Amino acid sequence: MDFSLAEERRLLQDSISRYLGREYAFDARRKHAASPEGFSREAWNQFAELGLLGLTISDADGGMGGTPFDTMIVMEAFGRALVVEPYVATVVLGAGILSDAGSPAQKEQWLPAVATGEKLLAFAHSEAAARYDTRHVEARAKKDGAGWKLDGAKAVVLNGGSADALIVSARTSGDAGDERGISLFLVDPKAKGVTVRAYPTQDGSRAADVKLNGVAVGADALIGHADDALPVIERALDRGCAALCAEALGVIDALNAATLEYLKTRKQFGQPIGRFQALQHRMVEMTIRAVEARSMAIVAASGITQTDARERSRLVSAAKAYVGQCSRFVGQQAIQLHGAIGVTDELIVSHWFKRLTMINATFGDADHHLARVSDLMLSERE
Amino acid sequence: MDLEYTASERAFRDEVRAFVTANLPADLSAKVLEAKRLTRDDFMRWHKILAAKGWVAAGWPQQYGGPGWTPVQQHLFDEECAAAGAPVILPFGVRMVAPVIMAFGSQAQKDYFLPRILSGEDWWCQGYSEPGSGSDLASLKTRAERQGDHYIVNGQKTWNTLGQYADWIFCLVRTATEGRPQEGISFLLIDMKTPGVTVRPIRMLDGEEEINEVWFENVKVPVDQRVGEENKGWTYAKFLLGHERTGIAGVGKSKRELQKLKGIARKERASGRPLIEDARFRDRIAQIEIELLALEVTNLRVLSEEGTRKGPGPEASILKVRGSEIQQSLSELMMQAVGHYGVPYVREALDADYKGETVGGDYAAPLAGVYFNMRKTSIYSGSNEIQKNIISQMVLGL
Repeated sequence: MDFSLAEERRLLQDSISRYLGREYAFDARRKHAASPEGFSREAWNQFAELGLLGLTISDADGGMGGTPFDTMIVMEAFGRALVVEPYVATVVLGAGILSDAGSPAQKEQWLPAVATGEKLLAFAHSEAAARYDTRHVEARAKKDGAGWKLDGAKAVVLNGGSADALIVSARTSGDAGDERGISLFLVDPKAKGVTVRAYPTQDGSRAADVKLNGVAVGADALIGHADDALPVIERALDRGCAALCAEALGVIDALNAATLEYLKTRKQFGQPIGRFQALQHRMVEMTIRAVEARSMAIVAASGITQTDARERSRLVSAAKAYVGQCSRFVGQQAIQLHGAIGVTDELIVSHWFKRLTMINATFGDADHHLARVSDLMLSERE
Repeated sequence: MDLEYTASERAFRDEVRAFVTANLPADLSAKVLEAKRLTRDDFMRWHKILAAKGWVAAGWPQQYGGPGWTPVQQHLFDEECAAAGAPVILPFGVRMVAPVIMAFGSQAQKDYFLPRILSGEDWWCQGYSEPGSGSDLASLKTRAERQGDHYIVNGQKTWNTLGQYADWIFCLVRTATEGRPQEGISFLLIDMKTPGVTVRPIRMLDGEEEINEVWFENVKVPVDQRVGEENKGWTYAKFLLGHERTGIAGVGKSKRELQKLKGIARKERASGRPLIEDARFRDRIAQIEIELLALEVTNLRVLSEEGTRKGPGPEASILKVRGSEIQQSLSELMMQAVGHYGVPYVREALDADYKGETVGGDYAAPLAGVYFNMRKTSIYSGSNEIQKNIISQMVLGL
């Protein structure tokens, strides 16, 4: 057992923090979020130069061969700075899926280009009627000569409007809720029959709804084996959840630091409000949640490395559920303790709060993941 | 960063497990697992088995007869013992008074008391709280007046756990009334057989007598039974609090209780189906399971970092608060799992040799009592509110 940060990770942490501190202050972030694409290509190129975009891509595919703990370092820093770049969509989900299941040709085409920052990816999986159920896929892909023809609709695809390729899940057999019968395809968003309706999200990021109307793709668009994509999808989403847990942790720590500072400086009734025990105990509970959220972000990152898929899911869901609960508590308390200034757009505090709220709603909220842990209990041996 | 135990940690765990399996008497573990009433002899049987192996004082340095384990090893030992249903090693001698004697006691005190604590020859209890001095411990009033080579002790202590069995009590007593209240306190070791010591049991809400009042009436205590300097007792008491981080979270026991809860939920029926198939109830178990995992990893983080920092930090308080809350939630859910069979009170059924008919499942009788008893965990050894004050002041600087 070892909880210390390896030297390389400490260096990685330092270089990200230094870069974000210099170039990604709140004003810059506001500007990026308000730009047409909703993020900064310049910052993205800097991420590439820092080695962040190829961090978890294998050496052979032009990356650095990092682990989920490296992603944790990056995402924690991103959370603090409220980074809006499409890192989860492109690197964690997109590159992760292609690394896991892509053909040699697909890897060669996309992974080095992701690592250098030239290409962006998005994962178009969730559907309106599925809510957070990973196996509920209604979109269909039918054999069409050597290739496939895709029909269906995808909901709230993170950074779907900027992607150079969409990784789309569609049913090649079976019914909506079946475990088998789901396949993954690389789809060009500019292809005939694809409609991408991009929109901003509550937290200043971007997402899109995607419609597929008789979209023709070649045989080489299929990722991995037909009908057998669910394990790949679940692994990708678990990886996404672990990344979001780390991001939430960064936000929680930032919110706590800001709130503590506020309690020490804001005066009412002739003294700093931090002198009041009702507020002190609230701040202590927020601190305890932060310590526990860090433990659970570690559990999530460690869970990703598990070879047993059920145990991986159990650990990641436990983490996503609890980090979600901690996020909700810390976010709401931070706003409350800041008083009226906390509910203004002017203060970064409200933006951290919104990001935490949206993280909870992404890839399954706390209730969803609690239920996942709960249901796994049924198949436990006595 | 590696959440897995190392090969040597796993080998250590296997060694502990093998020993516990071979040496923990079955009747004793059955009592613990079924939450039956434990006697003085029950505690001492296990203490002596561990003492013979040299494992009774997990946190002690080797020079005093400890096994020289790392904090992680101590944690693994706690977990294995808890999982197997071993009685706890009572903390009063091994974990509380012994470290104070080691750090501040005279050579004669070390030579006399430490071996007897190890062997189990002396049963210790704690004399801190008084009727008027709970969380505000420094306001304590029990007096010790110096008369030559003796102190004469007068006063009353309370909330004394298992003191009815004790040979010795360690006490905080007032030896001066000037200055700050913290500055006039001394740390005395008192033989419970000394004339003038009276113990009166207090019946608690679960119907059991686990706690006592202790009265001192002109009790003569030799000065050489004072630990350290006169009027410096507060320093030693503070050293004691938060000195030990292993075990404070109760992770091993809570993991065992979680498994027990799941077992009960599989056996109980609701609408004729196993209770565990009721999603609402199962979700509540899952919630505790998740919180316990967060506590476990937090605990391990603290333990694995323990060697690298000096003195107690906020961690002990965090582990105490969350550990106690989780123990309380588990006991509450367990009682809730048996539904209306949490209601009957058959006091004799808590004895291991009870031969009468059970009411409800064979596990049902103690559950409400355990829930009632567990209310103490957020009150004792510094209430959770006091722990929050500590974090607020020492860590957050508020």
